[in-house]
Amino acid sequence: MGLLSDPVRRRALARLVLRLNAPLWALPVAWLERTMRSVGLEVYAQRFSRRLPFPDETHERYMVSGTNVYGILRAPRAASTESLVLTVPCGSDSTNSQAVGLLLALAAHFRGQIYWAKDIIFLVTEHDLLGTEAWLEAYHDVNVTGMQSSPLQGRAGAIQAAVALELSSDMVTSLDVAVEGLNGQLPNLDLLNLFQTFCQKGGLLCTLQGKLQPQDWTSLDGPLQGLQMLLLMVLRQASGRPHGSHGLFLRYRVEALTLRGINSFRQYKYDLVAVGKALEGMFRKLNHLLERLHQSFFFYLLPALSRFVSIGLYMPAAGFLLLVLGLKALELWMQLHEAGVGLEEPRGSPGPSVPLPPAQGVGLASLVAPLLISQAMGLALYVLPVLGQHVAAQHFPVAEAEAVVLTLLAIYAAGLALPHNTHRVVSTQAPDRGWMALKLVALIYLALQLGCIALTNFSLGFLLAATMVPAAALAKPHGSRTLYAALLVLTSPAATLLGSLFLWRELQEAPLSLAEGWQLFLAALAQGVLEHHTYGALLFPLLSLGLYPCWLLFWNVLFWK
Amino acid sequence: MAVSHCLSWAATAFTAVLLFSFGSVAASHIEDQAEQFFRSGHTNNWAVLVCTSRFWFNYRHVANTLSVYRSVKRLGIPDSHIVLMLADDMACNPRNPKPATVFSHKNMELNVYGDDVEVDYRSYEVTVENFLRVLTGRIPPSTPRSKRLLSDDRSNILIYMTGHGGNGFLKFQDSEEITNIELADAFEQMWQKRRYNELLFIIDTCQGASMYERFYSPNIMALASSQVGEDSLSHQPDPAIGVHLMDRYTFYVLEFLEEINPASQTNMNDLFQVCPKSLCVSTPGHRTDLFQRDPKNVLITDFFGSVRKVEITTETINLQQDSEIMETSYKEDQMGEELMEPLKYAEQLPVAQIIHQKPKLKDWHPPGGFILGLWALIIMVFFKTYGIKHMKFIF
Repeated sequence: MGLLSDPVRRRALARLVLRLNAPLWALPVAWLERTMRSVGLEVYAQRFSRRLPFPDETHERYMVSGTNVYGILRAPRAASTESLVLTVPCGSDSTNSQAVGLLLALAAHFRGQIYWAKDIIFLVTEHDLLGTEAWLEAYHDVNVTGMQSSPLQGRAGAIQAAVALELSSDMVTSLDVAVEGLNGQLPNLDLLNLFQTFCQKGGLLCTLQGKLQPQDWTSLDGPLQGLQMLLLMVLRQASGRPHGSHGLFLRYRVEALTLRGINSFRQYKYDLVAVGKALEGMFRKLNHLLERLHQSFFFYLLPALSRFVSIGLYMPAAGFLLLVLGLKALELWMQLHEAGVGLEEPRGSPGPSVPLPPAQGVGLASLVAPLLISQAMGLALYVLPVLGQHVAAQHFPVAEAEAVVLTLLAIYAAGLALPHNTHRVVSTQAPDRGWMALKLVALIYLALQLGCIALTNFSLGFLLAATMVPAAALAKPHGSRTLYAALLVLTSPAATLLGSLFLWRELQEAPLSLAEGWQLFLAALAQGVLEHHTYGALLFPLLSLGLYPCWLLFWNVLFWK
Repeated sequence: MAVSHCLSWAATAFTAVLLFSFGSVAASHIEDQAEQFFRSGHTNNWAVLVCTSRFWFNYRHVANTLSVYRSVKRLGIPDSHIVLMLADDMACNPRNPKPATVFSHKNMELNVYGDDVEVDYRSYEVTVENFLRVLTGRIPPSTPRSKRLLSDDRSNILIYMTGHGGNGFLKFQDSEEITNIELADAFEQMWQKRRYNELLFIIDTCQGASMYERFYSPNIMALASSQVGEDSLSHQPDPAIGVHLMDRYTFYVLEFLEEINPASQTNMNDLFQVCPKSLCVSTPGHRTDLFQRDPKNVLITDFFGSVRKVEITTETINLQQDSEIMETSYKEDQMGEELMEPLKYAEQLPVAQIIHQKPKLKDWHPPGGFILGLWALIIMVFFKTYGIKHMKFIF
């Protein structure tokens, strides 16, 4: 898979690195401290270290240690109760050095102004998002992800807003903005409107999702492009990844954006002065704030930079999908009740002691077992891959990351074989009503889960509902089993992930071949598990502990004997 | 010889006639001047200038109030006769790129904060309670003199208010409101305690005209920057300071006042014409029905300035006509007093119009159909439930 997949190569590289006793790329901490101090900021450094659960193939790191450097520009006449952050995440793959240069130039310019009412923190982090997470945790004095970071010596009050900057070259043709954050959180729409205003004022070309803004809304082109951008945003929000440093700030209710300067093949280029002017305007406007940004929406979808869909418009869609599940459950309840009453009638003589209707008794025993087994499979899916990676790497010629991914897939596929085994364990007396009760419980379970997910991360909830609800509602042991089985497999969480990867690349006009798609899928699985452990992303536990057991229940219903 | 005598006699007669007529003309001219002297009836001027907003983005309200303060001081009212109520957090706000200044014009042409601003009520002291106490004079004895409105029955008072307002209310510092009824009652208290001779009320807020709708005391003239349902708009933002500097109405009033000097004879009708809809976007309004003089006879300096009436003359003036004037005005006062009952408040709220009260019925009518039907239903249900045959157990 990567550099580290061959164990021989791995050992050779480890020996080389040990001999050099130097990291492959490091932040020039001393130079940064010196420069920031010469500009006139209060400079502090913070060390952090972390051992990832398994080696990260995409960023090629395993034991991470680094230093964050930050300088605080104190407000000359205010009380240092609030602050703004300009952050530049640096990592070995994207050095982001131009952004550091712009940061220092802005710091020097801001230092000469007297109208700052909030402190401004200029933050340069190492190992991009890992460093940002370490800094944020130390700043807010929490420990959410198991990062070991040294405590911060300089602090500047509550952070009101943050802007993350990523520039790869000194001339940009366009500025791309990213709003989706960790677990699908979004900043207040006012911050995006602020950026859009300064784009228009400065005549900068600003893009969303990497695409130009649709101009013609009267014909069909504009709305179609808008739909494409909307779908891209739904997919990005559903993945729950922090698409940039800003995503980690959102957890602490700090409104944040990431601005990426893109240098593509266009004729008209802007230099860093134009970008700097836009940033200066944004910071000046944020400086005028008296309260946290709260007037505009926190939940929205963007078909274009200047248009949005508010939660009141899109939430009913998810509500209707979940209503289908509810209605199906109601139908099953009625059928169960009728069947139970039908069985009682011949026995319903005026006898003093009526035994418990057999429906409930059978239902309970035959319900608990599949539930427990599915949850156990889910738990295994959550815990075993990371726990058993070393054992797997010893017995098979795979790297740890590959071992994790392959264990995941193995446990997932093993769940497909469950129904054939559970029936040996549990004997059912009334097969017909048993599967209805199980499906009833599974439908309610799915509806509850999807409802809760849709409230916090609408895109994920809607995506899962759109795929799983039809298959779940239709699953029954009678009729054409192969068709329903195929439908259920195609709408399982893993298949949804695979499909959405293909859709995402298709929408970005960089379509994937099957082999590439499969590789990307494996990488996405590894990243999902890794991000859960390093940032606390919730996609992996939700899918493995919540939706996968639910899906297994439907699979059990389908293969009911 | 007789001809020359005749001529000289004619000449003296002519000059005597001329002198006489001249004297009479002069005498009537002096009497006109004396008439002018007692035209307005006020002897001192006060100003109460209130800015009801705080926070950096309400910079323009402070600039409004300070512009009026500046004009009023320039035209002669001293600080001891001005009660200035401001939130006063603009000049030293950390966001102010030019500390200790408040500008009213773009490109920082005019600093209205200046060196000699005396703010009487600052920051959190600008409350509805303090404002009403200042107007009515019900002030605790420990209040310093600069915070009191020590007006008498010969004072002309200018009251200028600006901030955020709505239909019938004005917001004070984001936490409380004053309604137009409260304001009207405060002015009535001032009238009954003889705390003003004439009052000019200017308000620059959204829907400002609603604030003077309820006035009912005499001798009040009111101006507002917008009608009910309209917003008053701000004038121009300054890119260096980053906020809007003034509101449109007060900006044009300030421009108008800059051309007034203590001797100018401009009257109120000119002030009514300031800021037409083309410049102001909102429609300024005014109310003069409670005012006894004709607005075209009211000078701007009657309210905005403190003009000492000094006329130097070597003529003697017969003041009997003036005593006639004073007698008639005294009679008017007496008649007014006879008409007014001393301890009764005037009808402020037309309650009968607001609450439609039914006239009480004098004679008894049997209950209407609905009540009868309800009782019939209840009795029917009672009998059906218990059966008529059970009634014998009751009787």
